[in-house]
Amino acid sequence: MSNHSATGVVHGDNYLNHTPGIWSWLTTLDHKRIGVMYLFTVLSFFFVGGVFALLIRMSLFYSGHHFIDANTYNKFFTYHGAIMVFLVIIPAIPAALGNFLVPIMVGAKDVAFPRLNLFSYYIYCAGAIFATAALFMRGADTGWTFYTPYSIQTSTTVILVLTGAFIAGFSSILTGLNFIVTVHKLRAPGMSWSRLPLFIWAIYATSIIQVLATPVLAITLMLLILERVVGIGIFDPALGGDPILFQHFFWFYSHPAVYIMILPAMGIISEVIPVFSRKPIFGYKAIAYSSFGIALIAFIVWGHHMFVSGQSELANFVFSLITMFVAIPTGVKTFSWVWTMARGSIHFNAPMLYAFGFIELFTIGGLTGVFLATLAIDVHLTQTYFVVAHFHYVMVGGTLMGLLAGLHFWFPKMWGKMYDEKASVIASTLIILGFNVTFFPQFILGLQGMPRRYWDYLPEFQTLNQVSTVGSWLIGAGFLYTAWYLGKALMSGEKAPSNPWQSTTLEWQTSSPPPFENFLETPIVSHWAYEYLPEGGVPQNAPANPATA
Amino acid sequence: MSDSHGTHAMTSDDGGVVHHFAHHFATADDEFEAAKQGMWLFLVTEVLMFGGLFVAYGIFHGLYPAMFKECHEFLNVKLGATNTVVLITSSLTMALAVSATQRGKRQRAILLLTSTFMLACCFLVIKYFEWSHKFHEGLLPGKHFTNTEIHAKKADLFFSLYFVMTGLHGFHVIVGMCLIAWLIKRTVKKELGPQYYTPTELVGFYWHFVDLVWIYLFPLLYLVN
Amino acid sequence: MFFHEAYAGVLPIAATDAAVSWNALYDFLIWISIFFFVLVVGAMIYFAVKYRNRPGHKAVYETGSHLLEAIWIGVPTVLLLIIFGWGYHVYREMKQAPSDAYEIKVVGKQWLWTFLYDNGTTTVGELYVPVNKPVKLLMTSQDVLHGFFIPNFRVKQDVVPGMYSSVWFEATVPGKHQVFCTEYCGTSHSGMLAQVIALEDKDWNDWLRGKKIAIDKIPNANRDPNEVSAADTTTVSQAAATSAPVSLVDQGKVIYNKMACATCHSTDGATKAGPTFKGLFGSKVTLTDGTVVTADENYIRESIELPNAKIVKGYAPQMPTFKGLINENDMTAVISFIKAQK
Repeated sequence: MSNHSATGVVHGDNYLNHTPGIWSWLTTLDHKRIGVMYLFTVLSFFFVGGVFALLIRMSLFYSGHHFIDANTYNKFFTYHGAIMVFLVIIPAIPAALGNFLVPIMVGAKDVAFPRLNLFSYYIYCAGAIFATAALFMRGADTGWTFYTPYSIQTSTTVILVLTGAFIAGFSSILTGLNFIVTVHKLRAPGMSWSRLPLFIWAIYATSIIQVLATPVLAITLMLLILERVVGIGIFDPALGGDPILFQHFFWFYSHPAVYIMILPAMGIISEVIPVFSRKPIFGYKAIAYSSFGIALIAFIVWGHHMFVSGQSELANFVFSLITMFVAIPTGVKTFSWVWTMARGSIHFNAPMLYAFGFIELFTIGGLTGVFLATLAIDVHLTQTYFVVAHFHYVMVGGTLMGLLAGLHFWFPKMWGKMYDEKASVIASTLIILGFNVTFFPQFILGLQGMPRRYWDYLPEFQTLNQVSTVGSWLIGAGFLYTAWYLGKALMSGEKAPSNPWQSTTLEWQTSSPPPFENFLETPIVSHWAYEYLPEGGVPQNAPANPATA
Repeated sequence: MSDSHGTHAMTSDDGGVVHHFAHHFATADDEFEAAKQGMWLFLVTEVLMFGGLFVAYGIFHGLYPAMFKECHEFLNVKLGATNTVVLITSSLTMALAVSATQRGKRQRAILLLTSTFMLACCFLVIKYFEWSHKFHEGLLPGKHFTNTEIHAKKADLFFSLYFVMTGLHGFHVIVGMCLIAWLIKRTVKKELGPQYYTPTELVGFYWHFVDLVWIYLFPLLYLVN
Repeated sequence: MFFHEAYAGVLPIAATDAAVSWNALYDFLIWISIFFFVLVVGAMIYFAVKYRNRPGHKAVYETGSHLLEAIWIGVPTVLLLIIFGWGYHVYREMKQAPSDAYEIKVVGKQWLWTFLYDNGTTTVGELYVPVNKPVKLLMTSQDVLHGFFIPNFRVKQDVVPGMYSSVWFEATVPGKHQVFCTEYCGTSHSGMLAQVIALEDKDWNDWLRGKKIAIDKIPNANRDPNEVSAADTTTVSQAAATSAPVSLVDQGKVIYNKMACATCHSTDGATKAGPTFKGLFGSKVTLTDGTVVTADENYIRESIELPNAKIVKGYAPQMPTFKGLINENDMTAVISFIKAQK
């Protein structure tokens, strides 16, 4: 089947083979290639972070018996957290899928600042190298949250991890900056804001958070480095400083960060569900605005991580109240996604299966968030395994499911190949089932009082810990199998048509894989992104309907 | 200078400056507008970053007002005020340099950029004298604080904030100087002029921001009342 | 509410009135969560099946409904405000200590808890409190952040160096209640445990007057309510009166556990934050400065009272001092116990 698209591309020429050789990749300015490089690097760190997760759960199999000592365990949960948060979950969707898709979905040839884009990738790599270097030295055992004064006093190589996160933060800032200007200045003719796909709205809201929040992380980490090196005393009670101030600084970034993690995933779900329901997304405007609602509220709830820290009762009151409100836009999205399916025509391909998984897992994650937002309830549950379960449900059950949905949805587009559907059903079932087996027991452990970051625990918690560990093996198997069948598809998958899912958005109106310039002719947009009529979807760049032109 | 996207070339009427703008933009004007937006967004991130330090300052000032009052008397207001004048003047020369570049007055632009650079140097030299005086007096951050004249407790906190805030600002001045030197080189080589002055304009924004940060720092640190 | 009794195995017992209020709020949240989960995921599964793609079936075209949006914005808003309000109300009950609460000072340090009482007593690892009287804990840390958590009381608060934080409770269930450290604090964070010993009136007064209580006879408050054992029906003082004499080594073992020595010193040779006691007594010990000493009774005594006087090579100077926390009899018992670890 010829590599022929609506815009008449030369047979066989695409971004993958446009220029050959590894040097052309390492010096590329093509957003698609940069996205691919990010994807493989991020997935590599996901594997590393995942190995630490498996080791942690192994160590927790028995109460009283451990194959690693306490200091090693403490380092492992620090590495797992820091790697997953800073090197995987925050960059994954924006830097990998976002870089690949944003220009194409708005009808542009590239992002606003291609050289800055490549530079961002290398900044990410530099940050990753610093952080990883710590693993080969004395390591770090502070937890990914680096609370003072322990993080000032510990003799582990904390500064390397702090520096790594500091540097990687600039990658996040510049990526966000690039996307904002791209959406402002490079939309194709006719691509008004109300015709933008919801993935773009999501990335745009995420980019705003990245630009505004990450600099505060930069200054926080810098101050902590100075604490360790120079002893400036701002966070050290022994020198007159305030350890709770560190928590405020840290969470001022790190709470918005979790919305950097989830908003893009929600954007992907908003793309997948209409396509596989053959029906427009329900409540487009509300979903678009809800992304901004979430981004705004994200900045004023950080204190809900600190209800028992010693901050004032007034702060607790305010943060609890405002946190409740983040459930509203989140609910808007969730109800709209489910209602989109009603009276649709549902197809059970892998992207849709992951969307189902997302809705189940994220609903649990979100509802348990309400428990934690409730002041009295949080007093008992904070710092226990209930919190660990909550954030894994939203970060893995949310962001990672979204990433997997996106990887499968756009797989044919990015690689020009199709993957094995049957394998994807098995793997997704393993992952979603395994995830519930791993983390649902942790809610119960938390309710029973088992604290987090515990190398050892009381015997009465053993059974549920063992169930959880078995679940982690299921997840691991599911991911390994996914890597296997996707890898096989990359090598020898069936050739993909330009629009296998009959989707309406612009990336599907060019060849699979796309040509170097994305489109041979600039697309002219006349339709919104979800014109799924009963007789078929109308591409965004189809000629204008005379009645609505 | 080209990138693998290919570029559009634009020669100027005076046969001087040639600019290629990137292919993914429809017009050179779009590229210029995009570049300005990018720089504004970057400066917003800088505001947030310095903002964190200002918040820390505000909190400790609120907790220990008497200590802050006592400590600030050990700062040299004359030198600080001089530096303020120096930086404001450099902002003026920078703005004039941008204007000169836009109007094709190359020699003038080079002179003004050089003046900005020299004024920045002057700022750093004065800073050097201030800092070395503090080292001498034991007015050092955190656990290195050894001064015995100050009575207030936790005075080390004030000087921690002083050194971190002026240090980070000074770092930004040094980066600005490198950028201005780069502009001088490119203006000399006729790469910047009426047809293309984006880098000059953007560095101008950056420099005004650096000046603005100092305008907030100076009263907070030196004029505590 | 009947629901939480049905799953009594999940939640810890409610050993204060505040915990009972907590349970009621929790029940409400669980019901709401189950409702919304069933609504959302149930609808999702129902729609997926009912509207699955099949020959002859076509999707309809609809883009939204303002009415539906108003409902699913309005109803959750009201519910969330109710949840917030109820949550804040119970929180106030949990945080507002009565003015006549009996104050006990708590000091957390890596990796044990010390409790100081008005009458001058100090205990390690065991917090003695009266039942049915309000108790307020005034807490601080000597080093890094710690967290003081009593699941049965639904009480938790960070313990911060350089400042005091507080919690209060009125225990309604006598017996032992588990205490955990919940703010990560380094190597033995998971070993930094303690117990609240809630004593009834007579036992509490006895304890205040310095009478010794047999700790191992005090029942764990989390026991199954349907199971009645001999320990349940005796008061603590009866238990103390009827106990047979205990050997020095066994007494030492009790102190080894209750004063948190076990957190850092194993008896089976395993490496922990401190050297193992197995084979310690009588052995030659190399210190960080290279000198070699014999681990005799004086060495052990000095290590307990002045731990930084001699640091064993390969270990950090992080043992807290027990000077003033351990009396002569207990010191003798502990040394006997350590001697017995061959």
